[in-house]
Amino acid sequence: MPVWAQLVYLLCAVGFVLALKGLSGPRTARTGNLVGAAAAVVACALPFFYADLDHVVLILVAIAVGSVVGVVGAQRVQMTQMPQLVALFNGVGGGAAALVALVELELYASFAGSSDLPLAPLVFTAFTILVGAVSFSGSVVTFAKLQELMTSRPVVPPGLPFAFVGSGLAALVLAGVLVDSPAVWVGVLLALVGLLLGVLLVLPVGGADVPIVISLLNAFTGLTVAAGGYVLGNTVLLVAGTLVGASGTFLTLLMARAMGRSVGNILFGALKGGSTLGAGEASDRPVRSAGPEDVAILLGYAERVIIVPGYGLAVAQAQHTLRELVEVLLERGTEVDYAIHPVAGRMPGHMNVLLAEAQVPYEQLREMDDVNGEFRQTDVVLVVGANDVVNPAARTTPSAPIYGMPILDVDESRQVVFLKRSMRPGFAGIENELLFDPRTTLLFGDAKDSLGKLLAAVKAL
Amino acid sequence: MNPDVTWLTYFVLSVFVGIEVIAKVSSTLHTPLMSGANAIHGVILLGAVLVAGSSDGLALVVALVAVVLAAVNMVGGFVVTDRMLQMFTRPARPGAAARKRVD
Repeated sequence: MPVWAQLVYLLCAVGFVLALKGLSGPRTARTGNLVGAAAAVVACALPFFYADLDHVVLILVAIAVGSVVGVVGAQRVQMTQMPQLVALFNGVGGGAAALVALVELELYASFAGSSDLPLAPLVFTAFTILVGAVSFSGSVVTFAKLQELMTSRPVVPPGLPFAFVGSGLAALVLAGVLVDSPAVWVGVLLALVGLLLGVLLVLPVGGADVPIVISLLNAFTGLTVAAGGYVLGNTVLLVAGTLVGASGTFLTLLMARAMGRSVGNILFGALKGGSTLGAGEASDRPVRSAGPEDVAILLGYAERVIIVPGYGLAVAQAQHTLRELVEVLLERGTEVDYAIHPVAGRMPGHMNVLLAEAQVPYEQLREMDDVNGEFRQTDVVLVVGANDVVNPAARTTPSAPIYGMPILDVDESRQVVFLKRSMRPGFAGIENELLFDPRTTLLFGDAKDSLGKLLAAVKAL
Repeated sequence: MNPDVTWLTYFVLSVFVGIEVIAKVSSTLHTPLMSGANAIHGVILLGAVLVAGSSDGLALVVALVAVVLAAVNMVGGFVVTDRMLQMFTRPARPGAAARKRVD
């Protein structure tokens, strides 16, 4: 590799560091992303200028196909479905890393039997094949869970722990065989076991925890890219992969902390048994429901209102109607804020993106720790399509799967109004005692529909 | 210096840099950051291009599949991250009734 190319790679590596740095601040985030994109494009274009590549046309066609698929997917996706798209992108990245390692393996297979087998590259090749496959299939399962192609509740088939340990051991043995005597078929077997492991890893994870698993698999893919960089002798791959692996792991821990969970508990909690998820069915206990006019009076004459938006709001595409309602209330002199739980929506920060899309001013969005002390002085809390993030079971019921997760202390306010489609429990599948509290009023219906009626009723006051 | 130790040095230093640069991220940006990091590891496209350019037969086919997948990851990843972030940098609408509190 010529020196100039190595220097350009160094620039690209710096670009990735600056990209991550930029992405972690609200003002610099977009620039950071563009810097990262520029660095990635330059890094990937470079081999065409210095390396003696065959099949250039085929490669360019393949890049074009992938780019078109990626751009169309990214442009078409609804913001509500973005978490699963990120999962899918991550999965294909892991798959690509595993395939690259399999092709590399073919090269090493020619060394088989000779005494100067390169040990470390083979170890990392095995690592990349295995972890890349885990990341691929794991991401596909997270996609299916978030897209609700399958149940979002933990799936624990009988014998799953044994299957998991068994395939883990099989993977280790195969990796050992691969390092000792490299052969492509062993690599393929290893990839298959990796695919199985990925599925087994994600199946027992409950829907609400899936985003954390996406983040973890993202870090995994980063590490496979780093290992691939070592095997190919390419510094920028190693640096970029390691940056993503390290920051992804750290981000996973931050997210888990925001939910009051440990990563171990998220991954293996359901395996330990004692999963106490509710029946996931509608309860027939009595609740107090009201019409839009009643709720409009509550809101219209309150001094202090806090809105708690949840994923249900986004599903109903009701963000714009909600914003209008808040604007009308503000004009009436009511003090209104949005209380954003760190994991509102499907991923940390997801709700901020959804509300920003609806042009809700950034200053009205309050983070949980900032707003939690104010519920006590709040007249009405309007919970729109949220459930788990206001469920007091997180504080009171040690057996609940969300126990320990910090929640919005909505139950301390004077009145709570839930806009709900039905009495079905939330994403975590547990019943919310707050719904049966005497201070709670329910307004049943589609969130957009209900908010529209509420808006009209408040305007008519 | 042993080349493997040089690689290990790159690795260890990158780990520290990777953690340090995102240490102060607010939870608001967790999703875009994850998505952006996800796009960055799409640079495996570079590796896929390198192996595709030196393979033939079945290996070439596999490598080209890797090129397609990696391009989806990289290009789609950056585009979707940009879409998310556009919403954070949009200029405030004139006349929005907000800005009640300045705390």
